[in-house]
Amino acid sequence: MAYTEEELKKELETKEYEYGFYTDIESDTFPNGLNEEIVIAISKKKQEPEWMTLWRLESFKIWKEMVEPEWANVKYKKPDFQAISYYSAPNKKPKYDSLDEVDPELLDTFKKLGISLDEQKKLAGVAVDIVMDSVSVATTFKKTLAEKGIIFCSISEAIKEHPELVKKYIGSVVPQKDNFYAALNSAVFSDGSFCYIPKGVRCPMELSTYFRINQAGTGQFERTLVIADEGSYVSYLEGCTAPSRDENQLHAAVVELIALDNAEIKYSTVQNWFPGNKDGKGGVYNFVTKRGLCEKNAKISWTQVETGSAITWKYPSCILKGDNSIGEFYSIAVTNNYQQADTGTKMIHLGKNTKSTIISKGISAGKSQNSYRGLVQVNSRAENARNFSQCDSLLMGNECGAHTFPYIEVKNKSAQIEHEATTSKIGEDQIFYCNQRGINTEKAIALIVNGFSKEVLNKLPMEFAVEAQKLLEISLEGSVG
Amino acid sequence: MDLKEKLVSSFLAFENGVDVDHPVHDIRSEAIKNFETKGFPTKKEEAWKYTSLNTLQKIDFSIFPKKESMLEYRDVKKYFLHEIDTFKIVFVDGVYSSFLSETTHDGVDVCLMSSALNKPMFKQIIDVYFNKIASKDDSLTSLNTAFCREGAYIYIPKNKIPKKPIEIVHFSTGNEAALLLQPRNLIIAEENAEMQIIERHQSLTANEVFTNSVTEIFAAKNAHVDYYKVQNDLTTASLIDNTYIDQKDASVVNVHTFSFGGKLTRNNLNFYQNGERIDSTMKGVTIIEEKQHVDHHTLVHHIQPNCESHQDYKGIYGENATGVFNGKIIVDKIAQKTNAFQQNNNILVSDKATINTKPQLEIFADDVKCSHGCTIGQLDEEALFYLQSRGIPKKEARALLMYAFANNVLESVRIPELKARINKLIANKLGVRLGFDL
Repeated sequence: MAYTEEELKKELETKEYEYGFYTDIESDTFPNGLNEEIVIAISKKKQEPEWMTLWRLESFKIWKEMVEPEWANVKYKKPDFQAISYYSAPNKKPKYDSLDEVDPELLDTFKKLGISLDEQKKLAGVAVDIVMDSVSVATTFKKTLAEKGIIFCSISEAIKEHPELVKKYIGSVVPQKDNFYAALNSAVFSDGSFCYIPKGVRCPMELSTYFRINQAGTGQFERTLVIADEGSYVSYLEGCTAPSRDENQLHAAVVELIALDNAEIKYSTVQNWFPGNKDGKGGVYNFVTKRGLCEKNAKISWTQVETGSAITWKYPSCILKGDNSIGEFYSIAVTNNYQQADTGTKMIHLGKNTKSTIISKGISAGKSQNSYRGLVQVNSRAENARNFSQCDSLLMGNECGAHTFPYIEVKNKSAQIEHEATTSKIGEDQIFYCNQRGINTEKAIALIVNGFSKEVLNKLPMEFAVEAQKLLEISLEGSVG
Repeated sequence: MDLKEKLVSSFLAFENGVDVDHPVHDIRSEAIKNFETKGFPTKKEEAWKYTSLNTLQKIDFSIFPKKESMLEYRDVKKYFLHEIDTFKIVFVDGVYSSFLSETTHDGVDVCLMSSALNKPMFKQIIDVYFNKIASKDDSLTSLNTAFCREGAYIYIPKNKIPKKPIEIVHFSTGNEAALLLQPRNLIIAEENAEMQIIERHQSLTANEVFTNSVTEIFAAKNAHVDYYKVQNDLTTASLIDNTYIDQKDASVVNVHTFSFGGKLTRNNLNFYQNGERIDSTMKGVTIIEEKQHVDHHTLVHHIQPNCESHQDYKGIYGENATGVFNGKIIVDKIAQKTNAFQQNNNILVSDKATINTKPQLEIFADDVKCSHGCTIGQLDEEALFYLQSRGIPKKEARALLMYAFANNVLESVRIPELKARINKLIANKLGVRLGFDL
């Protein structure tokens, strides 16, 4: 046999980030640093109305007075907020009618990413709103959606064309002063997606956006706002890959979901930002604030597969305000090498008969640290609240760590709360069994990890589930000797 | 003058009453410095997020009792485990009561911290053990260390077992309007030694009492220590109990905490497993109502491989009561084959009761079995209905179910008389007479 274990090990160690490439596109970038002028300039650049500029300035004022949070179980060199450029947009920004008009270099990038626009148009039935360095340059399937009255566009476009909706809902779930990164995002957000589903409409396709960080030294500040009006349904996908970079890149996104009476929002994320190389150099800092608000009988379901980023700080949450509302959180977080993840959810039960489910699977390998941090809060008027939480951690190797910090605060006697957490490693007998059946150790581990994560993977839409499974395998390659 | 200032300035007066050339003097001075820098913990600190000491700090506590108080045994008999013979170390308003106590130096030492600190024959042991495991960082522990003068001192030499259980009882008479007590206990079990300890704090009138107690327990190889804490005080009594336990190879330490009353009770229970094949158990039953507040903070630090820890805390909260549980398990990188188990179950009986719970695992080793479970719920309606259909009135049925809920914590109590006593206390708490002998 020519291919020995030694060679495999060597190959895995030297394996670089698969999606690490850099497209050279002319882009106009603001000078580094952040002050009021920059905030105004961003707003001007995007031709925003005055109220938006004022809103940004207010956020900036709040941000200046805040300090970076330090409670998370992660260690990193704090980013210098004055050394980041807060705006970069691809230079040529025509409105395309067909793909032929698109900058070929950009198209090439998409191909490498595996998003062939034309193919997706035909086959996947997915409308893709691609955000390349903060400004959306291509939107497809807009027509089909428009027929149903669904608005799916970039947030800057929405600010211009649907100011009444944006004005009403932006900052309503994640207020500007919510936290340090949310305030920063509110001040400087470059672009993002906006989605509105009218009353009683069931969105016929999975909506998705792909984010990419492209310009060196550019922080990306996405802002997503999804509004599901009464009785509507939408499934929203978000997937990320980022090119390989040596310096740390900051990503501070804000996602706000609003599910009005009887509405349902399903939000799925696959996050695969550059995690840094095997010595822990580089990688993306991912400080995200995601929160959803449920009105009566509404349901919000978060599903996330987190495999990338050097630092992840992310707590998709649900505020169960309306009676009978439901919040769900399904998460797989994989950390390898020197990655650090502090992720989890908050379920705030305010309404009566509210239900929430939390399933979190953490897998740590290499020298990584993986934390689950969650809060289940039942307020005194939330009669018959129900929560089930399960946090399982899998440890691979003896240099990684798995941590759980679940907070449970209950002020109502009719609440029923269950919380379970386990930590274990992959059983030697399981691997032995696979080996005995002719499955090599590497494959066996992938198999076991997939089984461990199944509960969450099952919640992902089909296309994503396949991708996510592959991602898990790639992320854990080389983590076992 | 706030309580912190008062304490810091009283330190000088305290110094006058003790030997400043004593080696412990340096430890005291260090400790008061730490307390002065840190002050009382605030809700901003993660460990004190759910428990506030603000109201306590507003009370004008006397730090030293002004006069000595006497108690008659027959008046306080019911607070002792009088059904069996025990060694007793009794303090009245923080002062040792030789009249109520029964100490020994026969083979084992069951005596006072003050004599251990001052008599040369104990110097060697004090040098090795005193303030060695207690936190030098925690401000309340430092406060206790600074004012450390009295408490229980128990030393069980190699292969010895004391003839009977040891009771440590602190009475406060209410002769002071408001009293701050800071007992300091040192308990050492040498190789193969074994002991059972029952600790109780009891105030006799409705005057404010604030006890900030520190206990250090050292369990050497194969030692076995059973420690029972009975907390059933008046609603004017507050207790902060800091217990630090150092365990060596194959030792077993079980701590049971029964919290049935008190204004504010905070139990900081810290286990450090400095050896292999160690077994640490901590169990607790909390049944409180009114505006009582009980906060259990446990820490188990698995430092060496092949050890076990078990935690089981049950709580029943009525009226405006607040319960807090924070259980932290740390498994170090080399502590492979650790088996750590944690369970916390709660029942809220009233709409105004609150429970905050935070089980926490920090694991750095891969070959471990660690789990925690936590539930908050009500009594099973169907079980209640079943009992009622069998002719048991609702109140008794509820009490029976609650009793059953708390029962598996009692199962491991190894002193039958204490178990019966606790059973009675639970029945009283639940307001029923259980029709069977428990």
